[in-house]
Amino acid sequence: MKISKSPWVLHYDGSSCNGCDIEVLATMTPLYDVERFGIINTGNPKHADILLLTGGINAQTAPVVRQLYNQMPDPKVVIACGICSCDGGIFKDCYNILGGSDKVVPVDVYVPGCAVRPEALIDGVVKALAILEEKRVKVKESMKQGYCTVDYSKIAVRMKAEDYDPATQYDAVLTEEALREQAEQKIAQTAKPAPKPATPAAAPAAKPAADAAATKEGGNA
Amino acid sequence: MAMTVLKVALYILLAPILGGLMEGLDRVVSARMQGRQGPPLLQPFYDVYKLLAKQTTVVNSIQILFVIAYLIFTIFTGSLFFGGGDMLLVFFALSMSEVMMVLAAYSTNGPYSALGANRELLQMMCYEPMILLVAIGFYEVSGSFMVNDLIKVDSPAVFKIPGMLIGFLFILTIKFRKSPFDMSTSHHAHQEMVKGLTSDISGNNLAFYEIAEWYDQVLMMGIVAMFFICKNPVSIIVAIVACVIFYLMETLIDNVFPRVKYMAMLISSWVVILVAAGTNLLILSVLD
Repeated sequence: MKISKSPWVLHYDGSSCNGCDIEVLATMTPLYDVERFGIINTGNPKHADILLLTGGINAQTAPVVRQLYNQMPDPKVVIACGICSCDGGIFKDCYNILGGSDKVVPVDVYVPGCAVRPEALIDGVVKALAILEEKRVKVKESMKQGYCTVDYSKIAVRMKAEDYDPATQYDAVLTEEALREQAEQKIAQTAKPAPKPATPAAAPAAKPAADAAATKEGGNA
Repeated sequence: MAMTVLKVALYILLAPILGGLMEGLDRVVSARMQGRQGPPLLQPFYDVYKLLAKQTTVVNSIQILFVIAYLIFTIFTGSLFFGGGDMLLVFFALSMSEVMMVLAAYSTNGPYSALGANRELLQMMCYEPMILLVAIGFYEVSGSFMVNDLIKVDSPAVFKIPGMLIGFLFILTIKFRKSPFDMSTSHHAHQEMVKGLTSDISGNNLAFYEIAEWYDQVLMMGIVAMFFICKNPVSIIVAIVACVIFYLMETLIDNVFPRVKYMAMLISSWVVILVAAGTNLLILSVLD
């Protein structure tokens, strides 16, 4: 059984003109009926597998998108819907637009269009499912090594508001591996220097190779 | 004794399968009612399988304990019922399991979870009186609270306590989290407070929650079946048919009605309980 039989979607409007959002909702209608594929439009990042982003990213939505992405449990994929979400579109040169969704989160599938056609969108989601399956295998492997199972919960417990650095808010893309490294550093800093020596030393060496592939894949779908 | 163990074992093994199929049927029938093709019948199983494969994020580690306690108490409740135990104990254990879920939601400190937990408590306030009245109604019929004695009555309980059945079907909508009363959380896509009760529950924990819901659904349909089962073995078939009809009726209600405010839920459920079940109980005690 594949996990891609039940993809739950989280839809977020970066700074769209609402054209793509209407098309996203159109896929739920009886005409397109994405529930055929088990797709549910959930409003909750903690239940979601696929992050659908519409519209370019502006200064105010950048931290929101990043937070939504970070709240989603692994494995997860990101789909940029519409040309604005792919690279900024006609709003690209606006003073407040940072660019496409890939400025703030790693995007797996780009679905162009203005507005994106529901057919193209469904096709994009189906492409994303294959990536989701690949990522699932990778997460499973990484969990066997024992570094993926703990880090996110530790982030939730140990990260505070003052740990968030506004200076690096927009220019750095916070990828999965960067997040993990941050988490491990924080754990190492806050952990009591008691019985366990620095065991994570073995894990970080293995993970960039495993995850670099995951985030770079599916560039131009 | 061996029979009881067998029944409990059958419940523990078959209830999730049956519950999952019921939910799948509900989703397919809902989709057809809306003119859509809908998901495959086995979709709930795919969902739970996926949730088990996902990473689990935990906000507060005590939440794991409460969600697992919810699952265990629900299975315990169902085992008591299908093992032929005491009806009162069944309903007290049922309340206990619900409270575990409310605590799980409160423990996360999330605003949506807390709101969902508050609403879940309100929902409990609506259906708990009816659940106790059902136990009393069954006692009036058979003179015993034991489920084993209840299924050996001469004529189906529904002849004596039809009002109780009406009241119970009304609160079943609340219990199944169906549309007019899906305030605390919903089986369907997102609503005004995200997912309410389960907002901060993910991965394995959400899968356990879903499985517990399946056990709960089977238990509830079992209680509906109790209204129809008597000494005569034909009554079992009647009970199954009745359960299917009432379950599809819940799906229809889910699709027809919009969500109501909590006051409307509280007033309507208590009025229905008082009029249907209360009058029924009054007549029974006058006749005796």
